[in-house]
Amino acid sequence: MPTLKHFGGRVKLMKTKTLKVDYLARVEGEGGLYVKMKDGVVVDVKLKIFEPPRFFEAFLRGRNFGEAPDITARICGICPVAYQMSAVHAMENAVGAKVDGPLRALRRLLYCGEWIESHTLHVYLLHAPDFLGYPDAIQMAKDYPDVVQRGLRLKKTGNEIVTLIGGREIHPVNVRVGGFYKAPSKRDLEPLAEKLKWARDAALETVRWVGRLPFPEFEQDYLFVALRHPEEYPFNEGRLVSSRGLDISVDHYEENFVEEQVQYSNALHSTLKKHGAYFVGPLARYNLNFDRLSPLAQEAAREAELGPACRNPFQSIIVRSVEILYACDEALRIIDHYEAQDTPAVNIKPRSGIGCGCTEAPRGILYHRYRISDQGVILDAKIVPPTSQNQKTIEQDLWNFIPRCLDLPHEKLVWQCEQAIRNYDPCISCATHFLRVVIDRE
Amino acid sequence: MATRPKPKLAVWKFASCDGCQLSLLDCEDELLVVTDQVEIANFAEASRAVVKGPYDLSLVEGSITTPHDAERIHQVRRASKFLITIGACATAGGIQALRNFKDVRDFTSLVYATPQYIQTLDKSTPIADHVRVDFELRGCPINKHQLVDVLSAFLNGRKPNTSPHSVCVECKRRGTVCVMGGTRHALSGTRDPRRLWRYLPLLQPGLLRLLRTHGDTEHGVSRCRFCSPWGERSGPGSRLPRF
Repeated sequence: MPTLKHFGGRVKLMKTKTLKVDYLARVEGEGGLYVKMKDGVVVDVKLKIFEPPRFFEAFLRGRNFGEAPDITARICGICPVAYQMSAVHAMENAVGAKVDGPLRALRRLLYCGEWIESHTLHVYLLHAPDFLGYPDAIQMAKDYPDVVQRGLRLKKTGNEIVTLIGGREIHPVNVRVGGFYKAPSKRDLEPLAEKLKWARDAALETVRWVGRLPFPEFEQDYLFVALRHPEEYPFNEGRLVSSRGLDISVDHYEENFVEEQVQYSNALHSTLKKHGAYFVGPLARYNLNFDRLSPLAQEAAREAELGPACRNPFQSIIVRSVEILYACDEALRIIDHYEAQDTPAVNIKPRSGIGCGCTEAPRGILYHRYRISDQGVILDAKIVPPTSQNQKTIEQDLWNFIPRCLDLPHEKLVWQCEQAIRNYDPCISCATHFLRVVIDRE
Repeated sequence: MATRPKPKLAVWKFASCDGCQLSLLDCEDELLVVTDQVEIANFAEASRAVVKGPYDLSLVEGSITTPHDAERIHQVRRASKFLITIGACATAGGIQALRNFKDVRDFTSLVYATPQYIQTLDKSTPIADHVRVDFELRGCPINKHQLVDVLSAFLNGRKPNTSPHSVCVECKRRGTVCVMGGTRHALSGTRDPRRLWRYLPLLQPGLLRLLRTHGDTEHGVSRCRFCSPWGERSGPGSRLPRF
């Protein structure tokens, strides 16, 4: 059982019945939560993000279009590949280039690596300790050494894919507009296959393990938004679809989605016009693309008693594990079919134009739009990361979730709120480009 | 025999991408060994448990960009016996220091509809501009093996094995014409220059443009960055630390 000491100096009981947690831990970045309650009823929920603003969209102006993947990768150390992929696709869209064949497959493989690494980090090190009542995975490792070791090794396999193709695990150096600086031969990829076979089994074990965790009953009617591709589970391409009939090409993103600034947050809130809050990330992808998962991943999901639809955000840990399994499966398929080609990149000539790119980062859709000159200078940039799109949905979850746990002791309630936020694996570094929980009871 | 209490390690974040502190979690093989030797007293990205200071060793990631952070770094310094800055943001101001050459108010109004809600400083500055720093580990991101070495060095009271010069020096010794602005520490004992590509940092912003001006384009970059990504063997420092 967690005791108050686990909260250290972070929880203070105020006279006005305000519960205050200075930081939300186990999320990437700095943020806080403010909850106000009157007579046991929630009257206000604010997800505050105070991660310092870094102004990427502003200083991209005037830079060369080829620098965008390396610069935007620095928005997030956990999902740099996602930023590189959205940037290169947007730039290729702007200049009218198409990257196909083995290079396209290689990009998909690189993305598989990032999904495995990022999802495993969240499942084992950030999210699972909540379900089992540990403050972190290091404490959890004392009671579950084999599980944590498995998680670390699985995460390492993801990192090995990124390292092999990208050059290193954080901020890879091999991606460029048009393809790669250097592409591996088939033989170079072979050692990965052996490791991935182990990883696939470990991912299957992971799905079984997380499927047995205790989940609160909490189903919500979400508006899911994700990419959908005619044949594949989405990574880099597809149309933007929603669970309520939206079906648009990526070019029309800004006609349908709007970003608003709110006073209490350094991250812009994103909403779908006429609908409001929406949900991106593994749960959205899963609900909209279940039929595109590999048979093995589908079977594992069913075995974990997860149907083609899942509306409980706490079960996102199972969905993430299913996606790890899919990514291992897909990576093996890509390596199996891979044939190296002579040139590692297609030739790119800048021309003036506007280009959009949207790819599926581990945490959901990541949209980039650039306007470039005929010299290849960036005139204008827009970046919409997944966490800023989920902010409103996270707040809504708390509106609906807190009334169910009012009977819980104070510290347990705070923990539950944190867990409800961690369901989204929020990456606050991304959203502004840590979390403080305040519960105010009157 | 009474056991010595474990040294307390704290990790702090300022304006950054989280990548350098992630390097610690990316030490998959060493993580549990490290955490066995030190007490993780404050590491928000990994744990919700917080132990009160003072801390024996603080790792600081990120640069100072807000008035609040300019205060907070002094609190961190006061609570820490040793303070080590990790990564390009903490040691040099990071990519967000690109604002230093422009008017930050223009930047704020470009990104935010209501700039007055946003609190930010004119410049993004390294930690050493604000408080005394005991050691700087450079790179974007840092090298995880160097991080483990630095942790081990400070906990044992020895000098870190990171070389004082940047990785470029070894490249020049080999007679390779420099096309990059490398800032990472060279790895001691790096004999095979083909490995060096891996330790090169982010292209210094504007560098590619500089290269084009000098007529040496992707060819030079790929020579420098990618001599041998696929001949890679386990890197130096892939041994477990002795604490």
